[in-house]
Amino acid sequence: MGAVAEAIRRKLEIALNPQRLEIVDDSDKHHGHSGHREGGESHFTVSVVSEAFAGLNRVQRQRRINEVLAEELSGPVHALSLKASAPGE
Amino acid sequence: MTDVTQFEPTGPGPDEAIDTQHAVHTFIADTLQANPVVLFMKGEPEQPRCGFSALTVQILDHLGVPFVGVDVLQNDDLRQGIKAFSDWPTIPQLYVNGEFVGGCDIVKEMFQAGELKTLFKQQGLIEA
Repeated sequence: MGAVAEAIRRKLEIALNPQRLEIVDDSDKHHGHSGHREGGESHFTVSVVSEAFAGLNRVQRQRRINEVLAEELSGPVHALSLKASAPGE
Repeated sequence: MTDVTQFEPTGPGPDEAIDTQHAVHTFIADTLQANPVVLFMKGEPEQPRCGFSALTVQILDHLGVPFVGVDVLQNDDLRQGIKAFSDWPTIPQLYVNGEFVGGCDIVKEMFQAGELKTLFKQQGLIEA
């Protein structure tokens, strides 16, 4: 796993204590698109299951993740596809 | 049934940065007030310049809801301004009747769950 993916994992684990966390680097699918960089780590798909999302709507859930990953989103990460669920959903 | 709104930057005033921020904010607020469904996107609805914007346009077209597309790539102040306005770091961004609905992931999830169609019906934007 690359350095950016590792940072995403670490930050989400600390902030959300997820039951399940999957991070996929999709950068290769975006060859030649804007935002694509050599070496990848520009496009990610992240799936998180966390108690922290219970009672939050979709926008609130993504805002929570945007806060946690603000540094990555304003830097190396061009696009983040997100699936945020609470346990049992 | 799409339309494109152009942002016309005003000339520099005594404090250019604040004037520009103010002009962008006013443009966004006016656009949201004047149009029930607004998509801030990369490229124009007929020619999106990003896969996530393209997918969101496809969903709106599929549901048959009239919307206004605002190309944030036309102006960097607008591109940054909409992120600050919504407190949302990514493009596209969908607004319905002035309310922020979400970005591409949320629009896709709501579409798949039938919630987006319900929302447009409830707001009287598509035939019930």
